[in-house]
Amino acid sequence: MDKQLMTFTVNGETVQVAASPTKTLLEVLREEMDLTGTKHGCELGHCGACTVLVGGIPVLSCLALAVEVQDEAITTVEGLAHENVLHPLQQAFAECGAAQCGYCTPGFLMSGTWLLEHNTAPSQDEIKAALAGNLCRCTGYTKIIEAVELAASRMREAAEATAAG
Amino acid sequence: MLIGKPLAKIDSYAKVTGAARYADDIKLPRMAFGRILRSPHPHARIVRIDTSRARACPGVLDVITGADLPYLYGIMPTTQDEYPFALDKVRYVGDPVAAVCAVDEETAEAALELIDVEYEVLPALLSIDEALAREDIKIHEETRRGNIMKEVHLTFGDMEEGFDEADLVREDTYFFEGTTHAAMEEHACVADCGADGKITLWTSTQTPHYVHREVAKVLQMPLSHLRVIVPPVGGGFGGKCEPFAYDFAACLFARRHGRPIKFTLSREEAFLCHRGRHPVRMILKTGVKQDGTITAVHLQTFLDGGAYASYGLATVYYTGALLTVTYKIPRYQFDGMRLYTNKPACGPKRGHGSTQPRYAFECQLDRIAEQLGLDPAEYRKRIAIEPESTTVNGLRVTSCGLVECVDRVVESSGWRERRHHLPPGRGLGIAISSYVTGAGKAIYWNDMPHSGVIVKVDRGGGVAVLCGSSDIGQGSDTMLATVVAQELGVDISDIRVHAGDTDLTPVDLGSYSSRVTFMAGNAAREAAGKLRAMLLEAAAVLLNTSPDRLDAANRRIYLRDDPINCVSFIEAAQKAEATHGTLSAVGSYTPPRLGGEFKGAGVGISPAYSYTACVAEVSVDPETYDFTVEKLWVAHDCGRALNPTLVAGQIEGSAYMGFGEATLEEQVFRKGLHKTPSLLEYKLPTIYDTPEIVAMHVETMDREGPYGAKEAGEGPLNPVIPAIANAVYDAIGARVESTPITPDKIARAIKEEQRRRVSTPSQPQPQREPAPALATETARVAGASSREVTAS
Repeated sequence: MDKQLMTFTVNGETVQVAASPTKTLLEVLREEMDLTGTKHGCELGHCGACTVLVGGIPVLSCLALAVEVQDEAITTVEGLAHENVLHPLQQAFAECGAAQCGYCTPGFLMSGTWLLEHNTAPSQDEIKAALAGNLCRCTGYTKIIEAVELAASRMREAAEATAAG
Repeated sequence: MLIGKPLAKIDSYAKVTGAARYADDIKLPRMAFGRILRSPHPHARIVRIDTSRARACPGVLDVITGADLPYLYGIMPTTQDEYPFALDKVRYVGDPVAAVCAVDEETAEAALELIDVEYEVLPALLSIDEALAREDIKIHEETRRGNIMKEVHLTFGDMEEGFDEADLVREDTYFFEGTTHAAMEEHACVADCGADGKITLWTSTQTPHYVHREVAKVLQMPLSHLRVIVPPVGGGFGGKCEPFAYDFAACLFARRHGRPIKFTLSREEAFLCHRGRHPVRMILKTGVKQDGTITAVHLQTFLDGGAYASYGLATVYYTGALLTVTYKIPRYQFDGMRLYTNKPACGPKRGHGSTQPRYAFECQLDRIAEQLGLDPAEYRKRIAIEPESTTVNGLRVTSCGLVECVDRVVESSGWRERRHHLPPGRGLGIAISSYVTGAGKAIYWNDMPHSGVIVKVDRGGGVAVLCGSSDIGQGSDTMLATVVAQELGVDISDIRVHAGDTDLTPVDLGSYSSRVTFMAGNAAREAAGKLRAMLLEAAAVLLNTSPDRLDAANRRIYLRDDPINCVSFIEAAQKAEATHGTLSAVGSYTPPRLGGEFKGAGVGISPAYSYTACVAEVSVDPETYDFTVEKLWVAHDCGRALNPTLVAGQIEGSAYMGFGEATLEEQVFRKGLHKTPSLLEYKLPTIYDTPEIVAMHVETMDREGPYGAKEAGEGPLNPVIPAIANAVYDAIGARVESTPITPDKIARAIKEEQRRRVSTPSQPQPQREPAPALATETARVAGASSREVTAS
């Protein structure tokens, strides 16, 4: 199918690409925009490695057609750190050893940041519910849950400090 | 002291920002794309291949078939039986037949359909029994007898005497189902070739050195003209330990067209590449005295190897070799056999070959303990092997924290207080295991080191560490950085690790057999130790003292008795460089000569063994027999934990993977077709399924390991599976003797148990699952079906 000009807002930047309307968001991010932080583990919607935020909501980019999400704000793992300062969840993943091979990590971070956006003190069950669509083969999930808990507590402390200050 | 600190992995920041560039993330100018055509038949002769229609397709650059690379390869030098692309025969559904190179992936994929292949379909052998029974059908013409790829017979001691001495002899049959690695990253590679004919291959592998050797051999080029680079690898678990068709194809296309080419496998292809856990039938006969002392063990294993040898030669030996390193076993007989079948080749998966017999042995010991009226935990401690001993098959055991591991899981799980006081349908089970800390022999036997490290110090205080190792997520780069930073007294952030590049880095055999911390760690320590001596000597001149009075830490070299009196690391480095010239040093590690003098003594030897104990708690629904693993307690003797966070991560990850194999995972086929070639259908545990895992370190200081370290990457998987099996028995009083343990099998086991109780009210009898071998070759085996003999 012929390529078509598409415009996206990715990590706050406006990006124009020419791509076939049959391309998935995953393909456009990785191949047209060189945002290779978003991974693929199945391209069938099974593993969650390709999770990105579309309009603030976790979406499996391997199942979304790029052409359909042009009007939405898209956030990928490359957009989590601001001015090279890590998001608390990224920091916690690094410290807790929640990223071993690291291949599933971007997907977990996207699902996890969405959770922390909506729930500042998630229970273990709530963490599991939010991350149930992401598969990890290295960690046994233990350190991933620890990292989400650590990030949540740090974000709460920071929010309290801001409120108090 | 950096050793023992829970430092973040040095590559974790690249991994949490998406900056880590895996093989499929590589993009080079003019890059073309490759796809592979695979056999749709489990067994067929290729009558004719016509690639002309595909070649004529716009955008297609090239097509290759078996005839383009007609050279045998294989990871084990003595069992090479694979061509990159089938020459005359295909042997499993998924066997590579041809490859297309095109300007984009869609064109390459579409062109696959335009390759015309005429097959003459042959009868397929799809199980151990079929492979044994049908000698008339040969999967490989080269096998001497039937489809037996390898047969092993080893006896240590007088078996007859051993079983005569026993008060109780049990013989049970177990079956361990095949499973696959399912690393999250699908295999990928990029190859590029200059006009000088020199090729660079970036590939997601655990073993760059072995890939380097095999690809150069098949491409008929000097090793010096091929460079293999390992990008970050998205998980391996044993599945990326050898070259694959795409490696050869990418290099050939790159050489022919002088441009880069990328291959990325689909998830289904990753399932078909496999090289995972062998399905193994095991017949295990154990004799014990009244007090539980083992008098003799006879193990027979039948491995369903799949279509090619892969690591199978080692695997079949491994199913026998490591059974002896946990308990005092005075006599031992091992008969192993690996068979070719028309399925994807099996190979090494975390715990390589030792996982299946360990499951069988620990389940059988649970029965023995019950029959002798012994507590299974206490019983294991009573017969545990001792540190600094030699096994009956000649394996040298040095440090051993097995008893402490049992104590830790017993205490933390509340074993003594809770075991017989749990509500109905709930149970506790225990099992233990041991694993190698690096194979004592390379895949190709030679006298050279197993690991080499170069450390370079620059006058600005930076330290570069070069090692051929491959970081697959386990943290080998971080281990190297930690060891070197510790020796030189610098911060870990001062270290840059360059690993897995056959041009720049000295050989390390790869990330398999849990060898990297021990072997590359020792090599790094030696290299850094040489530099440390030079730096201390230079600092001694500056401080007007002798080097033996100095220490190095926090980027300073200081007088041990007067730490204020110091020079900076940079000052010492510059002085040393002025004295000695450019500062670098090499270190290497070669394992000691180990093992007996018999054929096969090379498998199982290791400079050290890790030990693990696991207690599992399960609950079984009395109506549906659906069961839940509630919690796993795992204590692991890793020697010294160089980084407790990373060790815990390995224990947890291993326990998770063992849990998956015990309860969900199976790589199974119907008429040669993979039944579940996707991450949805192949049931691997999600965050919801995975139980709470309590990981504990038992630190023994191994005298030969770097700072006392051993391994943590594989060993902790092994006891989890039998611990769960034994817990299921404790919960419901019936034994499932095959993996995975599923509700339907539990239901059947309970029914059989009830039937047995009605007919014979005495001891429970072992069950067969599946039925014993049917072929004539196994008449001896089948005749010796499960029984229990109580000697008078």
